[in-house]
Amino acid sequence: MSSTIDVGTQPTDDQRILRMTINGVQRRGIAEPRMLLVDFIRHELQLTGTHVGCEHGVCGACTVRVDGEVVRSCIMFAVQAEGAQIETVEGLAKDGELNVVQQAFRQEHGLQCGFCTPGMLLATESLLAENPDPSEEEIRDYLSGNVCRCTGYVGIVKSVQAAAKQRSQA
Amino acid sequence: MKPAPFKYAKAETVAEATALLDQHADDVKVLAGGQSLIPLMNMRLARPEVLIDITGIDELSGIEVNGALTIGATTRHVEVLRSNEVRAFAPIIAAAMRHVGHVGVRTRGTFGGSVAHADPASEIPAIVIALDGELTVAGPSSERTVAAADYFVSTFTTDMEENEILTAVRFPYPLDRARWSFHEVARRHGDFALVGVAAVAEVDDAGVCTRARIALSGVSDVPVRATAAEELVVGSTIGEVAAEAGRLAERQIDPGSDFHASAEYRKEVARALVTRALNDMATKGEAR
Repeated sequence: MSSTIDVGTQPTDDQRILRMTINGVQRRGIAEPRMLLVDFIRHELQLTGTHVGCEHGVCGACTVRVDGEVVRSCIMFAVQAEGAQIETVEGLAKDGELNVVQQAFRQEHGLQCGFCTPGMLLATESLLAENPDPSEEEIRDYLSGNVCRCTGYVGIVKSVQAAAKQRSQA
Repeated sequence: MKPAPFKYAKAETVAEATALLDQHADDVKVLAGGQSLIPLMNMRLARPEVLIDITGIDELSGIEVNGALTIGATTRHVEVLRSNEVRAFAPIIAAAMRHVGHVGVRTRGTFGGSVAHADPASEIPAIVIALDGELTVAGPSSERTVAAADYFVSTFTTDMEENEILTAVRFPYPLDRARWSFHEVARRHGDFALVGVAAVAEVDDAGVCTRARIALSGVSDVPVRATAAEELVVGSTIGEVAAEAGRLAERQIDPGSDFHASAEYRKEVARALVTRALNDMATKGEAR
């Protein structure tokens, strides 16, 4: 059955130019529709701080922030981020100085191999923005979508608590 | 773990989306939040030729209370969770939302997407059943309303045609004075639930239940109502029949066994959760 409704945009698998703001900088790159946002960030924009883990939205290693919200960039297509504001781990440190959350993870042994760390840091930033003084239970709940296979999470919880304390004194 | 190539278009209106679905009906999927679809595509369990992105259609997003509560299909889980209007109208919805995925899923996933995906283990379909929700479905030439009981057909299968989209979920009755409870058991909070229960009840001044809905997820290919338990509860004092209602619910269901849990365990969990939900409603009037 053909439709009489005028369709403005027909679907294509053509490559297209995408524009987005990453860590405050306007960037553009080329993606076909099937390119995942994480691959666009890593391969097109050469920002390899965001890691690729399970590639089906379970481990949280690819966590970035899109328009201020925590997102798993392996289960979002780059085309869906056209025009968005993206934050990755590269945007946390300013002028070579680790930010408060990064310093806390370093001091409190919030990482070992470091694979989950970029995602943990971004999720922690959102947690502390929503809840500046989270309980241990709230920390564990919020970060439950970010899997760490090294630390046993004790160091991560301490890191988030230390960062919260530091921020509240600032 | 990369999706197979597909053709993509972002629709700007419902008419455009349904026309595109109609044209490509052989092998097309609607893309909303993508939190279930994209993992399936990454694993190549799904390989649609065409994706129609409906997240650019403004009229599909938003929450409105006007006697009834209407949640637009592409409203993100996080917006429902944060909504004061939803919490005032039907606090059980807000309570259930806390169990939907992890935070990074709730920011992208959509309320309507979860309904249309029709995973029998997920929270929102059970809520839609428990609250007698109405689903607004648009096709190329017409719009229709489907009752919750008729909408869920089987696992990942709904009453909708290939060229139709879900546009909104409407909850006709305010639950601000109803008693309610939502519970689920999952291996880890935020993971797929083994069994969940969404229960609401109205109780008169004498403490006798006048109306009850008990919906279970994870025990069949669709969310189901524990009707035998409901019949027992109506006309009774809820707390006095909680244990027996749990046993009736267990007897009524016939869940399958899988990698995550045996059928026997699921039945046991369903019994315990129905009893727990009713006890909550008896003592506190509401619970998470």
